[in-house]
Amino acid sequence: MDELARILGSIVSNATPLVIASIGETITERVGVVNLSLDGSIALAAMVGFVTAYLSGNALLGLLAGTVIGMLIALLIVVANIELKQDQVAVGFVLTLLAADLAQFLGQDYTRIPGPTFPTVPIPVLADVPFLGQIFFRHNLLVYFSFVLLFGTWFVMYRTRYGLALRAVGERPATAFARGTNVNRTRYFYTAVGGAMVGLAGASYALAIKPGWANPPVMRGDGWIALAIVIFGGWHPFRVAFGAYLFAGLRALASTIQQQTDLPLVLVNAVPWVLMILTLLLVSGGFVERLIRVAPGPVQRVLRNFLRSEPPAALGAEFSRE
Amino acid sequence: MSDGRLASRRFLGVALTLGSIAASLLLTALIIIAVGASPLEVFDKIWQGIGMKPDGIDPGRFAGVVNFWIPLALASFGLVISFTAGLWNIGVEGQMMFGAIFASWVAREIFLPSVLLVPLELIAAAIGGALWGALAGVLKTRGGVHEIFGGVALNNLASIYAIYLIAGPWQPPEGGSLQSTAPFQEAALLQPVSSGFRVSLLALVLVAVAFVVVAVALRGTRWGLELKALGKSPRSALLLGVATDRNAVLAIAACGAFAGLGGAFRVLFTYGSMRPLVSGGIGFLGLLVVLLTGTRTIWVPFVSFFFAAILAGSTRLKIALQLDQSLAGVVQGILVLMVILANGVRGRMQGQVITRLPEQTPTGAQPQSEEAASG
Repeated sequence: MDELARILGSIVSNATPLVIASIGETITERVGVVNLSLDGSIALAAMVGFVTAYLSGNALLGLLAGTVIGMLIALLIVVANIELKQDQVAVGFVLTLLAADLAQFLGQDYTRIPGPTFPTVPIPVLADVPFLGQIFFRHNLLVYFSFVLLFGTWFVMYRTRYGLALRAVGERPATAFARGTNVNRTRYFYTAVGGAMVGLAGASYALAIKPGWANPPVMRGDGWIALAIVIFGGWHPFRVAFGAYLFAGLRALASTIQQQTDLPLVLVNAVPWVLMILTLLLVSGGFVERLIRVAPGPVQRVLRNFLRSEPPAALGAEFSRE
Repeated sequence: MSDGRLASRRFLGVALTLGSIAASLLLTALIIIAVGASPLEVFDKIWQGIGMKPDGIDPGRFAGVVNFWIPLALASFGLVISFTAGLWNIGVEGQMMFGAIFASWVAREIFLPSVLLVPLELIAAAIGGALWGALAGVLKTRGGVHEIFGGVALNNLASIYAIYLIAGPWQPPEGGSLQSTAPFQEAALLQPVSSGFRVSLLALVLVAVAFVVVAVALRGTRWGLELKALGKSPRSALLLGVATDRNAVLAIAACGAFAGLGGAFRVLFTYGSMRPLVSGGIGFLGLLVVLLTGTRTIWVPFVSFFFAAILAGSTRLKIALQLDQSLAGVVQGILVLMVILANGVRGRMQGQVITRLPEQTPTGAQPQSEEAASG
């Protein structure tokens, strides 16, 4: 039992950057902007976060620096889209390559050295709850932050008028505009928030989950995984977070199986990408819709609400008043 | 008056293009200073790296540029096709890899005279790339998996498969390196024109043929028109009777075939054996090339040559200045970003010019159709 709690606890911890990044991207995409730069943004934020923390000796300062990097990259995409009418996907793609190369070039003298990290801070009382305490409440601050972010995002998105405006801008910008919402300002704000979370996720690798900086970066590919998790999660914070934990769990399972049998390592490396294709097939390929149709009547509505996987209607489209 | 406006528009285009290049150089210089190196020294080393010497051109190093250019141009030609169809074929990297894998398989398993073996390898490579591309296409059209995500996943799977082959079934029984297979038989390799100028004539011919094929296919055939319709608006293309799904798969597969040839070149000439990172980011670089050229095939050879020069020039930075060669990617990325932003600035300024002229009818406004060459 203790062993199980320990394993689940480490999955929660390892999933944290994915949870933060994919919830950040969920916020961004719900307001109608695709930030395709995740893989590069995360690497650059991790590098800048690590080097800032290393030079200043302060992990919190590093986290802040990484967060700012993520925010700036996201803002660049939305400025290019709103002010300059350039394609979000094109700018995001260039930025993902550029940020990854920048991280490698600027971080070349800082690889594989120890630096400041966030310590484990058990939460008093809660940490002593049997089983659950071990899983959820004996972590570093970033893990706790991911919990707050998850519930906070859900609450703002579905229980406040700000969230209503956010979703309206992503679904029907013209209607939102007619109702008095400043569409572009809303997009700037939430894209910046989402990008900041992506940056924070990047820094959390370097400062807590997989401390340090390396070339090639240890988290390479996770940005793409986070983008796919947003789709898998149907742009809903809870489902997205569930996707991130599920993914981290399956990855842990695969590497455990590999260590205990003599399964070749390549199979384990292939697992994330096979999962990516299979899950996207599952949610996009009409399978879910068929499942809903065979379900009993009253369950259908609940299922459809929970398994909804259409993207925000105005995702990627620019909005102009004309 | 309209002449004056045209002239000022052209001036704006040139000024913005020069401005974006200047901004890229400035940003790159700042980044180089940030790691404590001298920008002038770096640019000088890159210049020397492509073979430019005070007393002429070093053919050996210049050949290095050509040898990056060949696979890059091949992949970029392919990407022009998939871009025309409106597809983001990020999977091009994996398609190169599969071309390399198929070519390597033929080179290892089949023993024939060179005149027969090399064409067989190239055909196999084109098939390998096309199949891996078609898979991304089918995932999109049948499975609803966007080609960006399908492509990223297939890239990683291709790379993992290559590593598996090199470390496993393709390892010599006495054990070998994890970095490379054993060298291929001599008859399997493309031959350089001379030992001083190591460039394959056959590969150059292949690039020329690819250029003509892509240019003609897109400009002069019904298929090219269908792809254009698909790229502009899939829904109207469908209403016009274009087989949208089949054409999307075909476009990615065609791109994969060209990328596969690029991958074959890497194993049959650059390395002479199969390597884990055989495509080395050249596919992604092709996407940057096509972001600059758009669907104008004629610009692809020039822009890709420029990018190949940056790539080749940077390979010596590590030895000469202890700088990471990822600087090449930084320069290329900044340049493309700046050109994209400059395009936006131009559109915005022209938009404002038009709205300020009362006699200008809305139908006369051309927001994007008339773009000056900006590469």
